[in-house]
Amino acid sequence: MSGASAVGARIARRASRHARWLIILPPLMYLFVFFLIPFAFALKISLADLALRVPPFTDILTMSHGDHIRLSLNLGNYRYLFTDDLYILSYLYSLRTAFFSTLICLLIGYPMAYAIARAPKSTQNVLLLVIILPFWTSFLLRVYALEGIIQEHGLLNSLLLRFGLIHHPLQIMQTTLAVYLGIVYSYLPFMVLPLFATLEKLDIALLEAAADLGSPPWRVFLEVTLPLSMPGVIAGSMLVFIPAIGEFVIPSLLGGPNNLMIGRVLWDEFFGNRDWPVAAAVSIVFLVFLAGPIAVYQHYSVKQIET
Amino acid sequence: MSRAATPVATTILYLGIAILYLPMVVLIAYSFNASPLVSVWGGFSVDWYLRLLHDEQILAAAWLSLRIGVAVSTVALLLGTLAAVALVRFRRFRGRLLLSGMVNAPLVMPEIITGITQLLLFISMLHVLGWPHRGALTILIAHVTFCTAYVTVTVQSRLQSADRALEEAAMDLGAGPVAAFLDTTLPIIAPALLSSWLLCLTLSLDDLVISSLVSGPGASTLPMVIYSKVKLGVTPDINALASLIISVVGVAVLIAGGTMRRAEKRRLLERQQTGS
Repeated sequence: MSGASAVGARIARRASRHARWLIILPPLMYLFVFFLIPFAFALKISLADLALRVPPFTDILTMSHGDHIRLSLNLGNYRYLFTDDLYILSYLYSLRTAFFSTLICLLIGYPMAYAIARAPKSTQNVLLLVIILPFWTSFLLRVYALEGIIQEHGLLNSLLLRFGLIHHPLQIMQTTLAVYLGIVYSYLPFMVLPLFATLEKLDIALLEAAADLGSPPWRVFLEVTLPLSMPGVIAGSMLVFIPAIGEFVIPSLLGGPNNLMIGRVLWDEFFGNRDWPVAAAVSIVFLVFLAGPIAVYQHYSVKQIET
Repeated sequence: MSRAATPVATTILYLGIAILYLPMVVLIAYSFNASPLVSVWGGFSVDWYLRLLHDEQILAAAWLSLRIGVAVSTVALLLGTLAAVALVRFRRFRGRLLLSGMVNAPLVMPEIITGITQLLLFISMLHVLGWPHRGALTILIAHVTFCTAYVTVTVQSRLQSADRALEEAAMDLGAGPVAAFLDTTLPIIAPALLSSWLLCLTLSLDDLVISSLVSGPGASTLPMVIYSKVKLGVTPDINALASLIISVVGVAVLIAGGTMRRAEKRRLLERQQTGS
């Protein structure tokens, strides 16, 4: 009898182990097919030639007579990226724009997160909601709303003109300044939230200990607060830097013809030139460049979940 | 953290919040402007809102976006919850690393890359399998991908803090694993499920880049229509539409937040009363 129930238990255990796959497989397969596989296709198409047919690129694997599979890889798309200035310049330009926007977000976001962390608990919840709320409202519409402030006849210029501070409307739209304003305005909540998460957990006793031992406030900040909030600084910076570098809406709506960020170039390559192999190659190179920052972000966010 | 906040940091905090909200407040105020000129106040008017009701293009796009959004959130909620359960409850399984990578990557991947690679997949699939045709369906498939990631992360953190003892007690009392999960853990993670469903809805309703890339002729979502209009400049009817969307979402988030906080308090109170 006991033998039979042991066998029964083993069967039940094995059944539940198989049943697990009913839970694991649907999301695994879905993301595999519709998120991971597309990158393989992009890689494949980036190695193909532009062709006048549907779909508009050649096959890299063809069956030649005698049942030989012929593999023809075309590295021309990649060579093209590194010979045409447009791509290198827009990569560098995106990198620079994202870097400085992240820095500005950090400089504004850090004191904001610090003040929220120091606020009384009841105020804290309200402040957090106030910071999170814009995250829920439409990104596109917030960029549009900003346009209403900074455009030629917008609120900013009207006020400055009325108070006689300027005599001609400032040209902000279609400048680099507008792109920075747009990115900082849109991504600031992404910086504040992870910073708050680490600053909130900070042990106040450590700060008091440092102060009691005679450290001036700025040294307490530099030697205790800042190092301990590093995970938040990195997570927040990556959450701003990575999407900012691929940003399309902001340079397209607020920027001028000179603000050629890589997202915009990719968009034009796709909708303007319809050169899909080159667009695929740009995406692949872009992804390789992003692999570093994404890995850093993953590393720190996993750490934060575990602690 | 009870010590008095540094005055400088607090000043920056309130300035920052003011800057975050100022453009939206101005937008809403000017949506009631009778004058079609943005800079001139021509008196109070709801004309632009009334005009929206007769704009066939916007109404059709809004209806399409809403249908896609509801379908996306529902499918993503299901897939994301399964992924969260798998990642939290099953410590070791083949493909665990793959799954956790695939639910984290879409969160940080620039939309334009996700969109282009997915479009290339859809084109190749259509060529080989004759399916799917680009349009509402491909938008739905693409949105479910990144929404699933958001659901997984939200539900995952909630599930990690959920007490498993209740579920084990239910199983000791003879409930099957599925019934035990549904009776004990599901109510605990319910707020996370609701908030991730809402988050998916807003993310899907808001997406411009991925939708534009994977969509085909004929299927224009609301952000696609708004973008093409905005590209031509600030217009009063878009002001009205934008104000409407911002207020609806704002109020919905406040209500959902309030409801969830109350539910949470009730749950904590009940637990204290039962002495667990």
